[in-house]
Amino acid sequence: MDIHRLVKMANDIGSFYEALPDRSEAISSIATHLKNFWEPRMRREIIEHARQGAEATPRLKELVREAILTLE
Amino acid sequence: MLAIDDKDLGTPERKSDKLISLEVDGRTVEVPEGTSVMRAAALADIWIPKLCASDLLEAFGSCRLCLVEIEGRNGLPASCTTLAEPGMRVRTQSQRLTKLRRNVMELYMSDHPLDPFECKAGGKCELHKMAQAVGLDHVRYSSSGRNHLTLPVDNSNPYFTFDPTRCILCSRCIRACDERQGTYALTIDGRGFNSVISPGQHQHYSESECVSCGACVQLCPTDALMEKSVLETGPAERAVITTCGYCGVGCSFKAELRGDQVVRMVPNKNGLPNFGHSCVKGRFAWGYATHPDRVRTPMIRKRISDPWQEVSWEEALRYAASELKRVQAKYGRGSIGGITSSRCTNEEAYLVQKLVRAGFGNNNVDTCARVCHSPTGYGLKAALGTPAGTQDFDSVRASDVIMVIGANPTEGHPVFASIMKRRLREGAHLIVVDPRRIELVRMPHVEADYFLQLKPGTNVALLNAMSHVVVTEGLAKEDFIRERCDVREYEMWREFIVQKRNSPESVEQTTGVPAESIRGAARLYAKGPNSAIYYGLGVTEHSQGTTAVLAMVNLAMVTGNLGRAGVGINPLRGQNNVQGSNDVGSFPHEYTGYRHVSDPQVRAAFEREWGVKLDPEPGLRIPNMFDAALDGSFKGLYVEGEDIAQSDPNSQHVAEALAAMEIVIVHDIFLNETSKYAHVFLPGSSFLEKDGTFTNAERRISRVRKVLPPLAGMEDWEVTCALARAFGYPMNYSHPSEIMDELARLTPIFAGVSYGKLERLGSVQWPCNDDAPDGTAVMHVGQFVRGKGRFMLTEYIPTEERTSPRYPLILTTGRVLTQYNVGTQTRRTKNVTWYAEDRLEIHPHDAEQRGIRDNDWVEVSSRAGSIVLRAEITDRMQPGVVYTTFHYPETGANVVTTENSDWATNCPEYKVTAVQVLPTTRRPERRVPEPAHHAEMSHQ
Ligand code: SF4
Ligand code: SF4
Ligand code: FES
Repeated sequence: MDIHRLVKMANDIGSFYEALPDRSEAISSIATHLKNFWEPRMRREIIEHARQGAEATPRLKELVREAILTLE
Repeated sequence: MLAIDDKDLGTPERKSDKLISLEVDGRTVEVPEGTSVMRAAALADIWIPKLCASDLLEAFGSCRLCLVEIEGRNGLPASCTTLAEPGMRVRTQSQRLTKLRRNVMELYMSDHPLDPFECKAGGKCELHKMAQAVGLDHVRYSSSGRNHLTLPVDNSNPYFTFDPTRCILCSRCIRACDERQGTYALTIDGRGFNSVISPGQHQHYSESECVSCGACVQLCPTDALMEKSVLETGPAERAVITTCGYCGVGCSFKAELRGDQVVRMVPNKNGLPNFGHSCVKGRFAWGYATHPDRVRTPMIRKRISDPWQEVSWEEALRYAASELKRVQAKYGRGSIGGITSSRCTNEEAYLVQKLVRAGFGNNNVDTCARVCHSPTGYGLKAALGTPAGTQDFDSVRASDVIMVIGANPTEGHPVFASIMKRRLREGAHLIVVDPRRIELVRMPHVEADYFLQLKPGTNVALLNAMSHVVVTEGLAKEDFIRERCDVREYEMWREFIVQKRNSPESVEQTTGVPAESIRGAARLYAKGPNSAIYYGLGVTEHSQGTTAVLAMVNLAMVTGNLGRAGVGINPLRGQNNVQGSNDVGSFPHEYTGYRHVSDPQVRAAFEREWGVKLDPEPGLRIPNMFDAALDGSFKGLYVEGEDIAQSDPNSQHVAEALAAMEIVIVHDIFLNETSKYAHVFLPGSSFLEKDGTFTNAERRISRVRKVLPPLAGMEDWEVTCALARAFGYPMNYSHPSEIMDELARLTPIFAGVSYGKLERLGSVQWPCNDDAPDGTAVMHVGQFVRGKGRFMLTEYIPTEERTSPRYPLILTTGRVLTQYNVGTQTRRTKNVTWYAEDRLEIHPHDAEQRGIRDNDWVEVSSRAGSIVLRAEITDRMQPGVVYTTFHYPETGANVVTTENSDWATNCPEYKVTAVQVLPTTRRPERRVPEPAHHAEMSHQ
């Protein structure tokens, strides 16, 4: 699926949880959201993208990337 | 005229704990204090003649037909305006009364044809009934004297006529318009004998303020105000109670029939939530059901570029099922799915999600609520534990402060607006938050205390600022919070909300609302004591839609405005069954009753009932389906009742996605934009042609009853069952009541719902189970459904859709009273009289800068596309913001909307699009892309 859209969607989720003062709570909240609402093929593709490293474009927010990597 | 089987008790019900006992014609009757003698008599089955009274209106006491004798009192008081008193002894019949009543009646009839054969209502109007009741069989006065029998008839309204020669000046119509509708369109013109009822200032109905709600027509006791359909078809013979198929108010109606023809729809006096009121859509705009455009035969075609071929039901279903199977075999289990509409009944939506989950073996099912209220579901569930409005509509009658945000109830939810306006006239305060000056801001006898005209896309900033004021000015209800909410989360939120960036002064620039107004509105809301929030798509259809819902919950919790009558957070749902279609498991991640598909216990219950293994992973949402289609992994779709090509954002993208699919099955009453991409068309049944239930915005489940046979021979639920069977999954029900029984078996919040109970109670609000056998009007009483209420951090994050020198204006969207959503139904009725095209509203300043005059054609372009429509210059808009509706496919408003969406639910950001508007020589064309361009992409 269009990775630009997936990354934008994931980053949007990240922006909401970024407000949480506790970083680990933010990460787990993002991961839970993705697990609960993203269909497996979407998750697969975003995990694949996150695995390519922090520099891979389109850029995932670091917080989001960390959350995604916990889904593996 | 009231419905043919209506009983009218003469004056409205009064509620009181104190009961009064009196005697009427020797019969003892007990009534609540404040009840009229007329109503008390009617409750004892003694029917006092009346003309100016109705239990839908406050007593007026003008006709003098209802006189009675009361022991120990002089004179003959009018029973409609006299209140029952303890020990009162009333006589309703005597020679003196009979004579007096006959005289009164005779005077009325001297200016009115007595012959019931001349009555346009076939002698069934109240006037003729009363003449009979008082024994009047001839009139001594000749009609050749001064009379009104030559006045001209007003035929200007498309749905009803006003014949002043039949009017008896009881003023029931005026009172209906004032008290019930709140429009104040009618007056009495002239004096004494020359008095006539007049819309506006000697105007015709069509030129006046009249909004065609029909209340005056319903309450006219003669044939002066009559539905044209009755004049054409003749008076009705029977009535069937059913539910409106339009908006989320979900009004109860009586469909009146003559033979197998619908004569008229009359709002059900005893039905909730509308208490006998309605709007122009439900009341009059049902003609689409028999429109010649209705498709009556199933059709198939191999390629979308081929012409449709009419086939039998068997062949269409066989073809549809075999294609779905072929696609699934080739591309995998997850390559097909289904979409339902909020126009479907609960039972239909339930069956489609069952077909997808149990038959297709995946969770790729979604519903059009995705594009409207999905943030409501997410936000309310996360914070309070259940994704539904907290109140019943009637709760607003106990509100002291009403905040309307991102909703336009007088246009979108007119019957609720009438209830709300009544409360506002009684003195409740009003806060309106909207980028556009909606009618409610100032109308007869209603004026907002605060109108916060914010910039589109800044709801979260404004709501945060209101909470900031509450907390920093010491207005928080700490007791409520400590008792009912999660205190750790509250403390965390408190720390966030008091920060300076959330103050009214800091967000003044962003929102465009003066800080002092935000402060004033916040104080008013906080002090209530009963403050309620009503909101619509102006809140949800944003990239921060869910955040805004959460911000409203925060505001309500911090001020203690949840869990009793008069308060709460209430989504005004667009379509009739948005609530219901969500409740019955139409989202890809949830079974019925909002339980996640990954929950092993819940899944096991469904597996037992359905006899198959179920997929524990969430499925694709509508926008994900389109993306997956373009990606080549999603190839087949069954769409019931939803025109996704027209109603989803960025039409070009949707069109390409649909064209990339190999089997698209459209199940609908008309061919539509989506069916241009379809390979199978299954003709649907209208709400008049099927049995089922709808659940309105206040969680009220009401029956939809079949009054006509389905035009194409099958009710929609039967079609889905047949498709499932053709696909190889057995689905056998003999009546939708059995589907409801299954739903109730599987769903705790519905456990107590059955057709039998709906028959008995009329309607029921979920949760309905052992704890609440008659349903639940107000939720979260004493405790939130999730236990402790959850404050969540709602940082304002501006949308990425920004204005620029190229696109300097913001386009936002809405709707009008007479049209409904993408207009499939209302465009096929006489409602087009009032609104025949979408228009672009633009502020005079913006128009002048661009050399645009009223009515000019303009081109609206965004980063996604451009459309052409006419301009309407109005200061309802603020400079920098333009507005349009989306009722006509020619306009194709979604050609310009972008693909930005809510972070949590992917609900599209319809309400904020950066655009440029310029005069143009172009004219509108059909804007949803034609499939011909994509024909070669079909892989058939
Ligand atoms: S139809 Fe409704 S708005 Fe129009 S005059 Fe009658 S009561 Fe008033
Ligand atoms: S308010 Fe809504 S439900 Fe009621 S009649 Fe109008 S459209 Fe139908
Ligand atoms: S019905 Fe009582 S005065 Fe008219």
